[in-house]
Amino acid sequence: MALATIDRTAKQFVLTVQDFTLFGFRAVSNLFSRPIYWSDFVLQGDIIGVGSGMIVLFAGFFTGGVLAVQSAATLASFGATAVTGRFVSMSMIRELGAVLTGIMVSGRNASSMASELGSMVVTEQIDAMRALGVDPMRKLVTPRIVATVVTLFFLTIIADFCGILGGAAVTVLMNHQNGTQYFSQAYEFLHYPDILQGLVKPLVFGFIIANVGCFYGMRTTGGTEGVGRSTISAVVFASVLIIFVDLLISTIMVSIFR
Amino acid sequence: MSSLAKPAPVEAEEPVVAFRDVTVSFDGNPVLKDVSFSVGPRETRVLLGPAGVGKSVLLKTANGLVRPDSGSVFLLGEDISHLRESALFPLRLRTGMVFQEGALFDSLSVRDNVAYQLIQERVPDEEIDERVREALRFVGLEATFSLYPGSLSGGMRRRVAIARALIRQPELLLYDSPTGGLDPVTSTTIIELIVKQRDFYRTPSIMVTHRLQDAFTLCTHRFDSEADGMVLLPKGEVDANTTFLMLNLGKVSFDGSLHDLVRSTDPFVREFLD
Repeated sequence: MALATIDRTAKQFVLTVQDFTLFGFRAVSNLFSRPIYWSDFVLQGDIIGVGSGMIVLFAGFFTGGVLAVQSAATLASFGATAVTGRFVSMSMIRELGAVLTGIMVSGRNASSMASELGSMVVTEQIDAMRALGVDPMRKLVTPRIVATVVTLFFLTIIADFCGILGGAAVTVLMNHQNGTQYFSQAYEFLHYPDILQGLVKPLVFGFIIANVGCFYGMRTTGGTEGVGRSTISAVVFASVLIIFVDLLISTIMVSIFR
Repeated sequence: MSSLAKPAPVEAEEPVVAFRDVTVSFDGNPVLKDVSFSVGPRETRVLLGPAGVGKSVLLKTANGLVRPDSGSVFLLGEDISHLRESALFPLRLRTGMVFQEGALFDSLSVRDNVAYQLIQERVPDEEIDERVREALRFVGLEATFSLYPGSLSGGMRRRVAIARALIRQPELLLYDSPTGGLDPVTSTTIIELIVKQRDFYRTPSIMVTHRLQDAFTLCTHRFDSEADGMVLLPKGEVDANTTFLMLNLGKVSFDGSLHDLVRSTDPFVREFLD
């Protein structure tokens, strides 16, 4: 009995992974054939990118500040508070900028995609769209994925920038250190592989967020309760997947640019 | 102007929709079993049956929203059973479907809902406005042009959904329980619209319902343009192009005219009628 349950669960898992992969593949392949709904790309870019701008800006700023507070306290015991700028910029650009932005955008947008598309599924709006001769994958999913990938890239840059500014604010205003020293440390020890690492991640995270959000939304069953379930699953799965993929990318990048 | 006034193109006498031994199942549970029937040009088929027998599934199978496990479905002369989704879209553009609750897009205005297909086809705005107003006038809701679905009543949503289905002069209309959950007065308004559509344009259609009253009204009335309403046909007369299908447990248990229906000796049909 237990074996049968494990067997069924394993099959279900493999099937879901397969569906998820095919879903993403179909969404991306839609970019290479017509029709392409360009206006929806812009609309989604505005909703996802501009709409998330403020939360990313503040999250980045405060995270940079926290990093400066914590690192300065630790570095002081080695008499190395001068390298706070290096510590903050490295942490933000290589790791925290991308991951934090990914998780913030996932919380805001993977949930909204899952609930919006889920509601459309349960109220037959997706079927209505198909009956009207419009492919929901092209009209709803592909624009969301492209918009998330593109905007997350720029949102991460904003988060990195604001994080370094936040660190500077704490370093200068609270720790009373030299601002020029902070920025020169932040800049001088930064190398292209660090920036590359920080900018590859949002491209992958953006795809994960939109693909997971749309996938769960489009698979919604069970009325309004099902919409709630899809929304929770999308946020949880996207967040966990972001952290897991971050580990993979970091491991690969670090081994390449050792 | 009358883009809506053009009659639907009618092919030779081949059926507009034909099911051949169609079986549909979900998670291994058969919903339709070996269903065969056809809808001819100018024919209106009323699909009767209690809730949960697969009426909506049958309707969705007719335009490829649901794929059959076995058997063949012919839509406008093409076998759609194994067509790819992308190949189905051009065929679906030639059909109109009215969903159970209307299925209007919440985030779009009535104008944009009705004009959905035209907007995708990049029809000029002036032409869209004109055609939308005409379609809304047909369903008696011209005043809702700029409103959003959230501010409409259930009956108004169905009427807007009918306008949306009609705007491109479809060659087949599919109505999924258009009067479900509505009060008797509003239901009559919806049925009157369906009768009006049938008698004006003679577009072949399938109407799903579990309300016998609606089915009989459709069969025993015609639309009178002068009176701008439906009137009862003379006693003993029925609309010859309106025929009935009845589903029971996924199988067709009756296929014929109103005359045959009321005289049927099938126990299920009798129980349903009584």
